[in-house]
Amino acid sequence: MEFDKEVDARGLNCPLPILRVKKALADMTGGQVLKTVATDSGSVKDFQAFCRQTGHELLESSEANGEYTYFMKKKA
Amino acid sequence: MSKKLALIASKGTLDWAYPPFILASTAAALDYEVQIFFTFYGLTLLKKELDARISPLGNPAMPMPVPMPNLVQMLPGMEGMATMMMKQKMKDKGVASLEELRSLCLEAGVKLIACQMTVDLFDFKKEDFIEDIEFGGAATFFEFAGEADVSLFI
Repeated sequence: MEFDKEVDARGLNCPLPILRVKKALADMTGGQVLKTVATDSGSVKDFQAFCRQTGHELLESSEANGEYTYFMKKKA
Repeated sequence: MSKKLALIASKGTLDWAYPPFILASTAAALDYEVQIFFTFYGLTLLKKELDARISPLGNPAMPMPVPMPNLVQMLPGMEGMATMMMKQKMKDKGVASLEELRSLCLEAGVKLIACQMTVDLFDFKKEDFIEDIEFGGAATFFEFAGEADVSLFI
């Protein structure tokens, strides 16, 4: 999937991945896509919850070899 | 209008220092307006030099690498060792340091309020604390907490 910005949150634990995402989104414009890679297994539920509460769209979330990859579209 | 989170941080040990800063920074990321009121031992979390420690004494639920009787836990140096081990474990697991979480809170606009009564009680000086904090009393807390969606005492 194409994306406009990437956050490497590998090795970071709660709540740092979400805080890094929030910071990255602040520099983006509506409709742009943020890719995030994390290793925190709790991030799966947290990313869903973050998107439901903030209105950003979680386009895709996947897991491979202990790494979680998320694509998030910033709300307009 | 954004939601509001009001926290009271009343404890200053390493373990109890985490919940207020984690919740506050996360709530700010979720666009909450956040205030933390620091009172009693929680005040030490606003000092320039953070020295939050942890003790296994009186904390029987703390996971220990080897079982340790209270009589051993009370020996000089044990608290320092437990603190060092806990901090190392946190670092290994990618848990943020308190300093990092605290500055993330400030960056995100979380308002930190020091309880003036406790500042006086412990003879703390304003210059002991980080900048960008406010001083106030119980009424100051309620001005915000009275309209908060979530209020927690920690």
